[in-house]
Amino acid sequence: MTNGRHPAPRPGFVLDVDRNTPPILFHHGPGFRLEKLPAGRSRVIYPAEPLEGLPDPEAAIRHALLNPLGDSAPLPALLRPGMKLTIAFDDISLPLPPMRRPDIRQRVIEAVLDLAADAGVDDVHLIAALAIHRRMTEDELRHAVGDRVYDAFAPKGLLYNLDAEDPDGMVILGETPHGEDVHFCRRAAESDLVVYVNINLVSMDGGHKSTATGLAGYTGLRHHHNVHTLRNSKSLMDRKNSALHASNWRMGSVIRDAGVKIFQIETTVNNDTFGREGPLALLQKREWEWTGRDRAQFLAMRTGLDVLPSNTRRKIFDTWQAPYQMTSVQAGEVEAVHEVTTDNVYAQQLVPVEGQTDVLTMGLPYICPYNVNSIMNPILVMCLGLGYFFNLYRGRPLVREGGVLVMSHPTPWEFHPVHHPSYIDFFEQVLADTTDPVEIERRYEKQFAEDEWYIHLYRTSYAYHGVHPFYMWYWGSHALEHLGRVIIVGGDPAAVRRLGFQPASTLSDALEMASDVVGPQPTITHMKNPPLLMADVT
Amino acid sequence: MGTVSLRLARTRARWARLVFPLRAAPVPLGVAPPPARRRLGADYDTAWARRYPARLARAAIVEGVMRPVMAVVADPTRAGVDRLDGLDGPAVFAANHHSHADTPLLMTSIPEPWRHQLVVAAAADYFFASRAGSALSALAIGAVPVERTRVSRDSGDRIAELIGKGWSLLIYPEGGRSPDGWGQEFRGGAAYLAIRCGVPVVPVHVAGTGRILRKGRNLPRRAKTTVTFGTPLAPHSDENARAFNERLEAAVTGLADETATDWWEARRRTRDGSSPNLTGPAGGAWRRAWALGDRDGRTRRRRRRWPEL
Repeated sequence: MTNGRHPAPRPGFVLDVDRNTPPILFHHGPGFRLEKLPAGRSRVIYPAEPLEGLPDPEAAIRHALLNPLGDSAPLPALLRPGMKLTIAFDDISLPLPPMRRPDIRQRVIEAVLDLAADAGVDDVHLIAALAIHRRMTEDELRHAVGDRVYDAFAPKGLLYNLDAEDPDGMVILGETPHGEDVHFCRRAAESDLVVYVNINLVSMDGGHKSTATGLAGYTGLRHHHNVHTLRNSKSLMDRKNSALHASNWRMGSVIRDAGVKIFQIETTVNNDTFGREGPLALLQKREWEWTGRDRAQFLAMRTGLDVLPSNTRRKIFDTWQAPYQMTSVQAGEVEAVHEVTTDNVYAQQLVPVEGQTDVLTMGLPYICPYNVNSIMNPILVMCLGLGYFFNLYRGRPLVREGGVLVMSHPTPWEFHPVHHPSYIDFFEQVLADTTDPVEIERRYEKQFAEDEWYIHLYRTSYAYHGVHPFYMWYWGSHALEHLGRVIIVGGDPAAVRRLGFQPASTLSDALEMASDVVGPQPTITHMKNPPLLMADVT
Repeated sequence: MGTVSLRLARTRARWARLVFPLRAAPVPLGVAPPPARRRLGADYDTAWARRYPARLARAAIVEGVMRPVMAVVADPTRAGVDRLDGLDGPAVFAANHHSHADTPLLMTSIPEPWRHQLVVAAAADYFFASRAGSALSALAIGAVPVERTRVSRDSGDRIAELIGKGWSLLIYPEGGRSPDGWGQEFRGGAAYLAIRCGVPVVPVHVAGTGRILRKGRNLPRRAKTTVTFGTPLAPHSDENARAFNERLEAAVTGLADETATDWWEARRRTRDGSSPNLTGPAGGAWRRAWALGDRDGRTRRRRRRWPEL
């Protein structure tokens, strides 16, 4: 069946590797590897092809605003002259890579403002809900909300990044039954209505996490961004089995009980990360479907990238903007909306997989949520592999307890001095001492979180908060506890060892080293990600 | 000299000896001569300018001449192009009109795929008054003649046929360039054509071209310009041309406000019905000129010799 635009998208599937299986494409930071997996005991999980986007996104957005889910009234009924309206939106970490213009946030925010203008609302603030992420630059904000919205609000100081360290700009709304402080943006708390505009790239995003995390600071985040919570989030991509989300949901109740009215707008995108046509289209094709042109293009691309310095390679990849299309939009009461959103994310990303594996392999791409227009430093490599990709499962982890994770990434000993200043000290001081998350949390977290210099850089420059590298490390704490060994193929050996992992030159070497832990002839599963997939492991 | 005159006289005499049917028969006396066939004005046939060689030449003119000239002279800012994202098929682009610079500016601003399959509605009495002028207009800007001094259905029929074949239309509903820097009331042509052909109208606002080459000037000068595209408007099922034209004019007025202030401010004023009027204040010519300030570029600020204390 076709819809007239593209052939019907094929679902994701698991390929059993045999002698005829071609080498598999591995992402390798700003580059690629082709790896031959052992026949007879390996399998490759392929993501689903991109679902078709909504044919008329503007109409779909308007329909969602007028027909909300849950016990929410339609948006026009919530707007009135003289009210305080705050529109908060996801920051630069979503989607990945950044999408082509017009960004979904722009479409949604313009639709909301259209209704606000019709209702005669004057007092409107727009806030990038970045919690303790780095501030977005003017270009990044323009890209997210569009020039029209930026030019209308930013020059008057009505469109800005959240400052979670501003003592006057934040407020404690209360405490959950578990004793968790609910730290919240004062402007949002004092508004008659908060409209949250979200892009749900993975099932972890959205729901109460949008506001309880996005509009909070360290005081609130420390209650769920910690080793205990993250070790009990199995996985953090599966909301119903995630202690991280349970904490955010408790905070959501406190926010609601404090009288903050939230109108949540959640959107999902398809898997069209690299485009159906164009220079990177082959990255989302199955290897046996590469045409002669694709193969020539791949060889030229790989050869070209090999001779370029790493800075240039990174800059080339940073220019890529994904042609994502919106697959759904829903609005209204937070929990009702998020249920539907999660189903829509699963419809694109979930791939059924039978049984666990001894060795899980993955090729890590050039980008993660925290290095957009920046450098993927070794801590972010760990976070992407162990924090994000490892957790892209529902049911059981893809790899058995005590198994081995093999990741492919250059893992350079490089840091962005403006974006990641505290990462440098974390890597040089903390990881040189210990890689145990519990120990790190106990001995170092408070010192970094309350460091005046890091706070100053977070508030006035474009730096991630001082505590952010800790959270990256905690993000991988479930995987660290679960795995017997982590091996990085093609990484800088010194940087890899500093992370507490083992370096390997080739995949064969890595598999040889893995057999020391899991025994000879281990089963191997390769997660071919991105485009994103989530394993539904039974 | 004398030899040349002699030769001419002999040639004429030879022609005079030719008889019908080798030469045209004279009109008998007392019989009204047949009307001369008009080949100019609204009757100028522009079909040749839409064949591929002419389109290729026009694309070369637009990209090779107009674009660099406009970049230097008009320094354009183009806004709202993203609003055309969902637009599919031919459309009517309806813009306000201040200057001869509007057309090259818009031809280099209207995005693909509309740019190179575009005809421009041009005044038959002005652009198609001479053979050379007609040919140049048809070739360079893809002009098609439109009657503006007399009522005629022919122009509309011709343009509707072109839209039906997939051509988009650039039209200035004001009917001509602004005489005084303020806009003029919209005529219903754009709305009528959109309803008749079932295509959307893209409201477009052009700001700043009056400073480049206002009506009455012959030499251009440099100025910054802004082209703002609005959301395409589709006629409602029960909407007549007059109502649709009012909606179109309101949309262009909103875009003018958006250019002068910002999108949110303009959006709120549209809602209140308080957007500044495109046509300016009513009253005498001097009052309109006064209200215009120096926006038309006629007045030049005197340079102060001394700083203000």
